[in-house]
Amino acid sequence: MSDNRLQKELMGIYALWWREFIVFRREKSRIVSSIVQPLMWLFLFGSGVGASINISDINYRDYIYPGILTMSVLFGSVFFGLYIVWDRKLDVLKAVLVAPVSRLSIFMGKVLGGCTDVTLQILILFIFSFLFPSVNPWGIPLALLFLLITSIALVSLGLAIGSMLESLEGFQVVSTFVVFPLFFLSGALFPVDNKLPLWLQSLVKLNPLTYAVDGVRGALLNVSTFPFYIDFGVITFFAVIMFLLGSVLFSRMK
Amino acid sequence: MSIIEIKSLIKTFGKIQAVRDIDLNIEKGEIFGLLGPNGAGKTTTIGMLCTIICPTSGSAKLAGFDIVKNPAAVRRQVGIVFQDPTLDTVLTGHENLELHARLYGVPAKQREKRITEMLELVDLKGRSNDITRTYSGGMRRRLELARGLLHKPAVLFLDEPTLGLDPQTRARTWDYIKKMAQKEQTTVVLTTHYMEEAQLVCDRVGIIDQGKIMALDAPDNLKESMGGDLVVIRAKEPPLQKIQNLPYVKEVKLNDGAVEITLKDAHLHLPELLSIIPHVECVETRMPTLNDVFIKLTGHDIRKDSPEDSGSWVDSVARYRQRGK
Repeated sequence: MSDNRLQKELMGIYALWWREFIVFRREKSRIVSSIVQPLMWLFLFGSGVGASINISDINYRDYIYPGILTMSVLFGSVFFGLYIVWDRKLDVLKAVLVAPVSRLSIFMGKVLGGCTDVTLQILILFIFSFLFPSVNPWGIPLALLFLLITSIALVSLGLAIGSMLESLEGFQVVSTFVVFPLFFLSGALFPVDNKLPLWLQSLVKLNPLTYAVDGVRGALLNVSTFPFYIDFGVITFFAVIMFLLGSVLFSRMK
Repeated sequence: MSIIEIKSLIKTFGKIQAVRDIDLNIEKGEIFGLLGPNGAGKTTTIGMLCTIICPTSGSAKLAGFDIVKNPAAVRRQVGIVFQDPTLDTVLTGHENLELHARLYGVPAKQREKRITEMLELVDLKGRSNDITRTYSGGMRRRLELARGLLHKPAVLFLDEPTLGLDPQTRARTWDYIKKMAQKEQTTVVLTTHYMEEAQLVCDRVGIIDQGKIMALDAPDNLKESMGGDLVVIRAKEPPLQKIQNLPYVKEVKLNDGAVEITLKDAHLHLPELLSIIPHVECVETRMPTLNDVFIKLTGHDIRKDSPEDSGSWVDSVARYRQRGK
């Protein structure tokens, strides 16, 4: 690939990222709801359960903070990716797909755009971390790295599913059979230990998101089930696989 | 010089032959119209030339680049306005053009100047910072035209550019298309099933039906090939032989009680014609249209599938004649 060609592809990636960023800034109500929802989990659900429960000597509300951050990444990323179903329905993508830019670049632009949206949401949620006394602020950069890799994986997953879906009706199905199981089986709301029934333990351990939650929890609360290198390895591997899968399915999309 | 050279282009979808063996050269700088009913293969042909659809067999070159072997080069040379609107309705008009300029690698230095130029050309400068969701149908189409020409393509493809617009907006859109093609010196290839509109805009038209090109010429030449104007007369006892013997009359037909006379220059000869026919009840004259050419070539009306266009008496005559066959 010549320099000129590479430069044009990079410009294409940037163009799509730029578009997503403008859309993100413009849809303020979406930003607000993406912040308010996790805060409700933390303060309404977390404080309620936390009134009578501590886990590993940490108040329950603080304990689920890493899990709720991961949940935000999960919902934000997958639904961002799925949104291309809507783009296709409105033919917004059609003009982009005929441009002299490779599908891979378009995919990468979309992934970058989605990760940027999600990262900005997460940064806002980090501002509230001072309300959670057990959270170690020095762990935030490492937690952010975990969440960023998770976001790459999940935006890719969303785009992969979105490339195959024909209609918007699929949204609900994906939400019920992909997003919620990933969330409930990630240990976001409970510790992954031997007290869990065996069937649940197995399912949780098969879920790649479990390792994201565990990694973030390790960074922020210094409590984790698995060693750091396992968490990091699994989530990075998951991201690579999802990125490859997503780019292939996106390239084949009609 | 031909900017597009199509050789034996074929596209089949399963058992359906959408495009059957098309040979066609399109010259640099012309406005070329591909006319035909829905499903004739117009959009498929354009799709292949824009490298969106891969041909089953045959080849085509656009600005010297092969559409199969070098699709990336072809894409840089073409601008496309799709049948359905494809604007990003979350972005402003200006942002839509900016996105497009980046995707097509328009250098940063020229970008802003070029965007302003195009916005002025389609008279959208004043609305360029509004979200395109708030634009009217005509404005959206104009912005799409501006977008299609932004990167200075060698060929601009317009797939049914006036579909879904009201008649007034349609006329204005054609004015813009003509003005822009001239100013930018771009070759324009368009599809439409509005025959009357095509004959006003196109330098040449290809009539396409069931995946084949049936005729290829300037609109005036095609109309001339019909043999002249048509006069339809209802009279009690029309002297058919006497009419036939007039030097300028080419053909006389009796159709459901009406006499259909094909002749040259109806406006000059109508008085004499009427003077030899006793008891004339009513007279209609009409110039041949591309739609008539189409009916003659294919045996059916181009608009049989689009009831939205019915209403004018020209259409009803056409349909009436078709039924008579």
